[in-house]
Amino acid sequence: MSLVMRKSPIEYFNAAKWIIRRECRYLSNLPEVAENSEVVEDKPPKGRKPRFLNPTLQYRHVYPEFLPDPNPKFRNSLREKLERADMLKRRSQVDIPEFYVGTILAVTIADPHAQGKTNKFVGICIERKGCGLRAEFTLRNVIDHQGIEVRYELYDPTIQNIQVLRLEKRLDDKLFYLRDALPEYCTFPIDMDPEILPEGSPVPVNTVQVKLKPRPWLERWERQELKGVSNIEEHLKEKDRVRRELRKTPWEKFDLMKDYRKTIPIEDQTEIWGEVYNQLQQMRVSRKKMSKQRTFTAPKTQLG
Amino acid sequence: MLRNLLNRFKSVPSCGFHTSPCLNEVQLLTRLRVVDNSEIGKRAMAEGKPPKIICVYNKKRIGYIGDRVMVAIKGQKKKGILVGLKQTQNVKVPKFDSNNVVLIDDNGTPLGTRIHVPIPTILRTILKEKTHAKGADYTKLLSIATRFV
Repeated sequence: MSLVMRKSPIEYFNAAKWIIRRECRYLSNLPEVAENSEVVEDKPPKGRKPRFLNPTLQYRHVYPEFLPDPNPKFRNSLREKLERADMLKRRSQVDIPEFYVGTILAVTIADPHAQGKTNKFVGICIERKGCGLRAEFTLRNVIDHQGIEVRYELYDPTIQNIQVLRLEKRLDDKLFYLRDALPEYCTFPIDMDPEILPEGSPVPVNTVQVKLKPRPWLERWERQELKGVSNIEEHLKEKDRVRRELRKTPWEKFDLMKDYRKTIPIEDQTEIWGEVYNQLQQMRVSRKKMSKQRTFTAPKTQLG
Repeated sequence: MLRNLLNRFKSVPSCGFHTSPCLNEVQLLTRLRVVDNSEIGKRAMAEGKPPKIICVYNKKRIGYIGDRVMVAIKGQKKKGILVGLKQTQNVKVPKFDSNNVVLIDDNGTPLGTRIHVPIPTILRTILKEKTHAKGADYTKLLSIATRFV
């Protein structure tokens, strides 16, 4: 009995440690190897706190395009450095806000084809991809019962304004299933008003689960383990369920090497964030000041 | 037991063929969606017999945005202009959920009087380039559009 008693706290501690490590590996873009060494260094759990508070590493979610492509074929340290400098220059010209997949955005571009020479599109961000100056995002909306998607480059010089209308995340990394979902899930009015979050609050996660239209679908959604779809089982046949079981790859989440190849090591990340952190922070602060001034003056003009 | 194991391995479907996503190209016999309010187009869509492409008027024979096509619609041959494609488009050019067409006659005058879906703004430039002084004038299509994206 005493043995069991003595054993269990250690086991609990080990399990907790394992879970924490797992979780922060998923949250972070960091490989297990780098974290392992750190865990060994500071065994008491209190010692780990400062790392979470390290602001430079939090930026990997806010500015994911500053991290280079992890594929070694495409790595070139000089080009990456030059690109980062260019990105900062572009960011000093135009306000590129923090947004995630699932955020509703309004993008205004200078369009030589349009009559007023500007073109505004409102939609939900369904994917973000690419790194460096090639970073892209895709907006989707349903206008006049017609689904429309527009792909934009984040550092395109023709972009005049990117406005976040509703800052939130969704349950999945990519929302391509909205193409097969009922149209009300991606219908947003063009003249939508921005919703302002109170300062310092975390980005809310929208846990809405969409309903898919009956088949045929564009992709095999049942095999992708989507969290944001509610009625996927209704449309499946026995055959599809069998195929899904056969195609499952439950070992993949334990594949450390795969994770390592997909991510940038912590040493490289600290170097990159150390290079751009100060300027990004300055820009943020100055933008905040500007927006405060603007919000302060706006009601006056309305009253007058 | 060994046989059992072998059977198990066999039952996992092997992927011996190419599985890249389809290109959604607009080519011969592609079904289109008529998006104007012309009588023939409306009736064809209501009956569930959308028009089929029988010719794409360019060298590649694959339709891109703004290309002229000939369609077979309700037993007739009509010309049309592609105003929205499913295919992946360039940056800043909208991609639609369906392949849209607007029916025109030989002079480029649209058969309908209104287009009830948004039209990409890039069509302004494309159609202007395709219009010649003495040939057909395709820019008439732009004046019946209700909304641009």
